[in-house]
Amino acid sequence: MNAEVKMMRTAAETQYSDALAALPGAEPVRALREKALRLFAEKGLPHRRVEEWKYTDLRVLLREMAPLAGKPDAAALAEAKKCDVLANVGAREITFVNGAFVAGLSNLKGLEKGLTISTLGDALKNDATLPQLLAGLNPGKYDAVFALNTAALNDGVVIDVAAGAQVTKPIHIRHIVTGTKPVSVFGRAVVKVGKKAQATILQSHAGPDAVAYQTNTILQLSVADDAELDVVRVQAEGDKAIHLSMMIGAIGTDSRFKSFALTTGAAVSRHTVPFAYSGRNARALISGATLLRGKQHADMTLEVDHALPGGESRELFKTVLDDESRGVFQGLIVVRPDAQKTDGRMMSAALLLGENAEMDNKPELEIFADDVQCAHGATTGALDDDLLFYLRARGIPKKDAESLLIQSFFGEAIENIENEKIRDAVMKRAGHWLAARG
Amino acid sequence: MPAVQETVERVKSIDVDQYKYGFETKIEVEKAPKGLDESTVRFISAKKNEPEWMLEWRLEAFRRWKTMQEPEWARVHYQKIDYQDLYYYAAPKKQAGPKSLDELDPEILETYKKLGIPLQEQEILAGVAEENRVYSKVAVDAVFDSVSVVTTFKEELKKAGVLFMSISEAIREHPDLVKKYLGSVVPVTDNFFATLNSAVFSDGSFVYVPKGVRCPMELSTYFRINEKQTGQFERTLIIADEGAYVSYLEGCTAPSRDENQLHAAVVELVALDNAEIKYSTVQNWYPGDSEGKGGVYNFVTKRGDCRGNGSKISWTQVETGSAITWKYPSCILRGDNSQGEFYSIAISNGHQQVDSGTKMIHLGKNTSSRIISKGIAAGISQNTYRGQVSAHRKASNARNFTNCDSLLIGDKCGAHTTPYIEAKNSSAVFEHEATTSKISDDMLFYCRQRGLSAEEAVALVVNGFVKDVLQHLPMEFAVEAQKLIAISLEGSVG
Repeated sequence: MNAEVKMMRTAAETQYSDALAALPGAEPVRALREKALRLFAEKGLPHRRVEEWKYTDLRVLLREMAPLAGKPDAAALAEAKKCDVLANVGAREITFVNGAFVAGLSNLKGLEKGLTISTLGDALKNDATLPQLLAGLNPGKYDAVFALNTAALNDGVVIDVAAGAQVTKPIHIRHIVTGTKPVSVFGRAVVKVGKKAQATILQSHAGPDAVAYQTNTILQLSVADDAELDVVRVQAEGDKAIHLSMMIGAIGTDSRFKSFALTTGAAVSRHTVPFAYSGRNARALISGATLLRGKQHADMTLEVDHALPGGESRELFKTVLDDESRGVFQGLIVVRPDAQKTDGRMMSAALLLGENAEMDNKPELEIFADDVQCAHGATTGALDDDLLFYLRARGIPKKDAESLLIQSFFGEAIENIENEKIRDAVMKRAGHWLAARG
Repeated sequence: MPAVQETVERVKSIDVDQYKYGFETKIEVEKAPKGLDESTVRFISAKKNEPEWMLEWRLEAFRRWKTMQEPEWARVHYQKIDYQDLYYYAAPKKQAGPKSLDELDPEILETYKKLGIPLQEQEILAGVAEENRVYSKVAVDAVFDSVSVVTTFKEELKKAGVLFMSISEAIREHPDLVKKYLGSVVPVTDNFFATLNSAVFSDGSFVYVPKGVRCPMELSTYFRINEKQTGQFERTLIIADEGAYVSYLEGCTAPSRDENQLHAAVVELVALDNAEIKYSTVQNWYPGDSEGKGGVYNFVTKRGDCRGNGSKISWTQVETGSAITWKYPSCILRGDNSQGEFYSIAISNGHQQVDSGTKMIHLGKNTSSRIISKGIAAGISQNTYRGQVSAHRKASNARNFTNCDSLLIGDKCGAHTTPYIEAKNSSAVFEHEATTSKISDDMLFYCRQRGLSAEEAVALVVNGFVKDVLQHLPMEFAVEAQKLIAISLEGSVG
């Protein structure tokens, strides 16, 4: 039943409204923020009756809002300096500590020709179209995470790759949380890749274990015609964190896009990917591996929207669930009436290691054009006994045999990362997770 | 080249209305006053000579229904139904209850003859043709608007111990069985339409197959809506006791009318230890005309409970009719080693909207289920598969295989897939695959090159597409279904 029940405001909802309304801000961001705040006040946090959040009930999971993080002090910077997530892959680093841009931990020197990196504040002064972009690709659609993030718009980064520029050095956006007290951290990054340009973006999230901090970060990508963009994301938040994030993308005609997301951190995480084909014949691969244990809960939600003809999309997601963890995959492929000759393939596979692990898969197809090829698959299962037996019969100890099988399972998704150094770093992180398996 | 006669006829037959069962039977009927309140419920119950407990059961459902809201989550759009503007009971006026077919209103007999439903107990062996039609022995319960008009082969079935009768009869004659099982699979409070049905259901079939009995013939119910502005609310209850087997067929048609008619049925199946129930439906309600006017709103709750260990329930459905279909035949796999199956072909053309699928709820150990669903959308229809597969914490070794394919014919229709796959047990193995595509030009070219017309080629490809499901239908039905598919798709090419 879809009964529209007027819900009581939760403590967290009130806290968000109060804390974010008190933020300072100048036009035009203020108008955006106020609008988002009004929307949030009206619609609130999503709950299981909201279809897109069926398996991740934020009203229950997000009991209260942690206080907004202040400017990082020296101790915080020292702690952030030690962060090694996706370090040593030869990337240009842009670092946010507790939501604030830290120039000292970033490398903005010697930018390649055509590459501009500016803080959100600076970019707003120079780019009149930015506010519209910040309002979202689909402003009519309400999403609590997006509304809260917009209402909290404060610091962020805008990366602009000019038409024709080939930026070979990966650009790494780091979101680091420090300290021992729970804080709320928001962040926004915008990446614009011009016509025929090419770039690689890394995004990482890290923070301390045993601290119930909350993060909300959004990465907005726009890829112009004939451009190429690679994105690799590692979510390695602390084990008590609540991590809400989005990757919003739009790709132009004949462009190519590739992304991979490794999720190992946070007690509760939700990553939403609204992805639009705004040009013809664009190709995209969206992939990820999620490795969970304990009572972790990770939700991966995709909405791939083919509006124009000839698009090709590939989605591949692998989820490994140990102990009592819970994985959620919701993937929607929409093919609009004009998007003839669309070729879409989506796969979500889950490996249940813990007896009480739970996987919820909801792969959806919504198709309004007839000349298309679309398919999705979803599997859930435990390790194959025959394969285990085969390996053990050859003298491989049980744990090693299991590790081998698990690694080959998620490795299939990681292999899609083209940059060798980055692929190795991601594989190594996944290997750490495997090694820590009890 | 001028059109050959065959083409002209074909075009004519698909011109506006290819629905063959759209005729109306003119007979005198007795109706309940229009509208729905407690007195309507009492009226129906009194008409059926029901015991007090049944009336109470209905009233409780009605009170509950008043507090419920119509669900809106399905991908179907329709004008709000005015539940006060409907007749909830319509029965052919009868002369003190016909004892045999000879006493039945000849108009009704004629109706069923036109529909091709054998009401005469024909002692004909399977495979012997008569008037180009193959009959095997099938017992029929014919439901006309709100009442069951006749049930055939009752005596022969009784010899085998099988109870096959209308549900109103069962309430009077076998109250213990009805009390025990009615509402035990689909609770009174289950959902908006099921609760409405619980309050006002007027008739339907009741089957009880005792321990160890293999039902000697196919049982079937044929539903016909005839009256104007009348909702049909039938209730079917099938119980297969330990080790029993029964195969049950259901068919339905309605006259072509400009208004929308409401059909809200509830079907409950109970399979005890090692029992098997096979339930097949060919749903061919009036789908509305080419402008999308009229047609049946089909809101049906069908659920089977594999209550016993080693039990099996299999649903097979061919959905070609109705303006709106909202139907999710489900299996609750409660018993250990129980099995659930769902085979479906849903074809939508014109303005039809289909939102159909299944639920497989794995509760017992070593349970398995299989879902094969084929959706075909043509015209400007919308065809959605919506399904759920879930394994409970204790459902170790649950196994599911799901395959749902959609085929699009034309560029104005839509095909959608919304599965929910929830595994709460690590030993559960679930596989789900879905594809959507159009009939490839290569395939059509290949067929046409060999002299088939465009429509024949499409029919051939479509029949190939749905054959996984067709082969699970009983013989007579499979032939019927194949024809239906061809008819439903006529006019959708070119």
